[in-house]
Amino acid sequence: MEWETVIGLEVHVQLATNSKLFSGSSIEFGAEPNTQANIYDLALPGTLPVLNKEALKMAVKFGLAIDAEIGKKSVFDRKNYFYPDLPKGYQTSQLDFPTVGKGSLKVTLEDGSTKVIGITRAHMEEDAGKSLHEDFHGETGIDLNRAGTPLLEIVSEPEIRSAVEAVAYLKKLHSLILYLGISDGDMSKGNMRCDANVSVRLKGETEFGTRAEIKNINSFKYVEKAINIEVERQIDILEDGGRIVQETRLYDSEKNETRSMRSKEVANDYRYFPEPDLLPVIIDEAFIEEIRETLPELPDAKRQRFMDEYKLSEYDALVLANDLAIASYFEAVVASCNNAKLSANWVSVDLQAHLNEADIPISESPVTPEMLGGLINKITDNTISTKIAKTVFEAMLAGEGNAEQIIETRGLKQVTDSGAIEAMVDAVIANNPEQVEQYRAGKEKVFGFFVGKIMQASKGKANPAQVNQILKDKLSN
Amino acid sequence: MSISADDIAYIANLARLQLSEAEKQKAAHNFENILALIDQMQSADTDQLEPLSHAIETSQPLREDIVTEQNQRDELQKIAPKCEKGLYLVPKVLE
Amino acid sequence: MFKSGIADISRSLAAGEFSSEEITKAYLARIKEKDKELNSFITLCEEQALAQAKTADANRAKGEVHLLTGVPIAHKDIFCTTGIRTSCGSRMLDNFIAPYNATVVENFNQAGVITLGKTNMDEFAMGSSNETSYYGAVHNPWNKELVPGGSSGGSAAAVAAHLCPGATATDTGGSIRQPAAFCGLTGLKPTYGRVSRWGMIAFASSLDQAGTLTRSAEDAALMLNVMAGHDPKDSTSINIATEDYTTNLNKPLQGLKIGIPVQHFAKGLNAEVETNIRYALSEFEKLGATLKEISLPNSHQSVSAYYVIAPAEASANLSRYDGVRYGYRCENPKDLEDLYKRTRSEGFGAEVKRRIMIGTYALSAGYYDAYYIKAQKIRRLIKNDFDAAFTDVDVIMGPTSPHTAFKIGAQTNDPVSMYLEDIYTIAVNLAGLPGISVPAGLVNNLPIGLQIIGKNFSESHLLNIAHQFQQATDWHTRTREI
Repeated sequence: MEWETVIGLEVHVQLATNSKLFSGSSIEFGAEPNTQANIYDLALPGTLPVLNKEALKMAVKFGLAIDAEIGKKSVFDRKNYFYPDLPKGYQTSQLDFPTVGKGSLKVTLEDGSTKVIGITRAHMEEDAGKSLHEDFHGETGIDLNRAGTPLLEIVSEPEIRSAVEAVAYLKKLHSLILYLGISDGDMSKGNMRCDANVSVRLKGETEFGTRAEIKNINSFKYVEKAINIEVERQIDILEDGGRIVQETRLYDSEKNETRSMRSKEVANDYRYFPEPDLLPVIIDEAFIEEIRETLPELPDAKRQRFMDEYKLSEYDALVLANDLAIASYFEAVVASCNNAKLSANWVSVDLQAHLNEADIPISESPVTPEMLGGLINKITDNTISTKIAKTVFEAMLAGEGNAEQIIETRGLKQVTDSGAIEAMVDAVIANNPEQVEQYRAGKEKVFGFFVGKIMQASKGKANPAQVNQILKDKLSN
Repeated sequence: MSISADDIAYIANLARLQLSEAEKQKAAHNFENILALIDQMQSADTDQLEPLSHAIETSQPLREDIVTEQNQRDELQKIAPKCEKGLYLVPKVLE
Repeated sequence: MFKSGIADISRSLAAGEFSSEEITKAYLARIKEKDKELNSFITLCEEQALAQAKTADANRAKGEVHLLTGVPIAHKDIFCTTGIRTSCGSRMLDNFIAPYNATVVENFNQAGVITLGKTNMDEFAMGSSNETSYYGAVHNPWNKELVPGGSSGGSAAAVAAHLCPGATATDTGGSIRQPAAFCGLTGLKPTYGRVSRWGMIAFASSLDQAGTLTRSAEDAALMLNVMAGHDPKDSTSINIATEDYTTNLNKPLQGLKIGIPVQHFAKGLNAEVETNIRYALSEFEKLGATLKEISLPNSHQSVSAYYVIAPAEASANLSRYDGVRYGYRCENPKDLEDLYKRTRSEGFGAEVKRRIMIGTYALSAGYYDAYYIKAQKIRRLIKNDFDAAFTDVDVIMGPTSPHTAFKIGAQTNDPVSMYLEDIYTIAVNLAGLPGISVPAGLVNNLPIGLQIIGKNFSESHLLNIAHQFQQATDWHTRTREI
């Protein structure tokens, strides 16, 4: 039997405002418990909500970026349930009239193909607080600092067909929200969280299978793992003739398994109704246009521009444009060396490798774009070879200064004096008569042996092109 | 409309209220009378009407994104039934 | 001194006839003496009131005065007051001391008005008789066996018994106007959004509105001058400039077109109440007004729609009372469910629980469209009725209540008959309109109220009409010694 996976993702993005969605409390990360939980956040009687303008603008900005219908009239609703991290006993959210309606996101898959994934809606809502289960004599401690933090919940259509596609979608979404500056997207802090609705069906089937909602997925890696393990679980059940139960499941990254959250099963009758403490949010064209004008160049446009302007391959352009910080870094390098191809290689290969290894963001790179541009200039003006450049780069990472200084102090300047190179070539030919014989007998592979010896003798500093030319001339005489 | 003890139990649970058997009986009886009153509105023809959730039909005002609230934890927790180390305490929450 | 209203006290304070401290002390003493029989106050703010009065006197000496500086009033115990318990008539908040003032309270404080105490009320403003209070029923000063009406029964009884010259109150379905009628007072419910709801404990957010209980329309105008205004902390507060509500009080009523809704004079209206109301209407004709019979064809649906909308909103508004952050918490909860259920079952009274249940039911899966959405459509129908009527007439008048005050305990076992108490007042809240009840006669020595309903933001006009009626009649001066 051939199975098809159907996935819909619900992504919660914490909006990067200063204050909460409906109150003037700070949302700064890491504060002492309940020091950012004030009277409205604590649901003290008589307190009332007023909508944060910036949060609304951010939601609209996202909507414009995914080409969505913007709700000219959006309505906040109360979603009612009891939980200690929900002080009002209802979450203020949007049900029937979200701020952002239907839109879509173009995702590039690993094989280079693209797929458009529909976004059903994106609505604004407030976050809940946190329950801390460390032992308070068998009780649970509640920290309400996070309660009321503005979230944008982005709901995809069930158009994702594999875990890999899901990750690609999430990465694109992540890239987009960073571009828009509406969130820091930090999954480790829970500032971007993902719930996945997963079901399977036989290939060719048009009806959806019964789905399970997997919660608590907090990294790209786990999204892939959690979906795969859930798909496996569902297929196993179906192939054994069983049935899937519609339920909420929790992903346990340590055991790499999903398990049923029975405690949350109790009658989800949320009794949504329009929040009477808030009026409908009416947005006019002028408001939307004002926000449209603040839209930055988005990832797809930037990638296209990188291809057109810098003649980069689609792949290189994609890798660089995906992450705003990397793209900006890259453009700064180009600005200081005027060689897009080399800039692209150095940023996406050498620099990336180092950043990955050191696990630091590009913003904290010890090598500034200007330093990298300076290094590339030294390659293009033949001061050093590409190989020496790697040495210089290592030294820059180690904090030895800029390319100029390192080349100077370490004496790495390329030898381009043809007399000096000729002398080295002569010496190598004289010292290796056996290999000279072989070469002249037609074994051209030996050429590399000579190059190696010469570079060794010059400590890598001989200009490779000159070495090739002179060696070739001398050997053929 | 007849309301069963199960209906009452279901609603009481949603509302996190605990009713004694006698209260449930009484509640079911009162409920039926109240629903009879409420159900009178079913006779009105409202097909062409939009629901009205507020008498005033203006737009939601917006607040500038400024932090206006300072830490008042100590004062706010003075009126709390049970706190420790700055946290509100509740019986163990099971995940 | 106690026969005076707010305007009189304000004039006397300005003339130096007595100080704020003197009048405050006198009222406090009278409350302590007389309120045992009425139970109209939940909390007396003796210390704070005297301190406020001293400050008021000092400010007056310096010439820093508002018209109402030094005038003592009482606040319904639904308005949060810093440092003073705000119970909302509930065991749930019996120990609750808010660290903030409601905007209404803050406005009065800023004006130098003295808070004598916090008045009794139906629990969370749910009731029409003031019998659902955790602090016990309030007695009507006209006859202590009778209810004062509700939910602002404490404010009404206190003003009627001259325990204070005026009091704040709130009205969700008639909670200012009906007690005003039962206690022979002037009760003003402003347009929804005119007075800030911030710090006023919510019953039904889309219907609740703060207003006044006073002895006269002039006093109501003086209080409204302090209360009204846009509040950026309340999203439903309307940003329309306020006016001096006393300016138009003396305008003649010549040419006023009064609509008389047939539905408010139909079956169920006590015949003697009707006679008195019709007589009062004829007074307006003498003042130059014309009467026109009108129809509010869907008014009979208002109670039904209200008893979906108000409980639905209340069911969510009251979810915050869970024993975690403030207020009542049950003893030794064995688990989280037990904490919630016992806290809420022990902390709330029967009527509050009943309304939470109705509201929860109306919003629950499968019933939402049939109840909640239907009720919101009826709400539009009712608003449309008023809009249509107001194309023809300037104001609408009729009885505030179908009868006079009833006996304590007479209706406690029948919620439906209690709900029908507000049959003439509820539609006004659904439509968000301003309304005022003025004393308009006595039936068996008990007061009855005439309700005047106006267009949105026509408070100034309503007060003018009420004041002119009070210039022509003396019903509002009638009182019963206690």
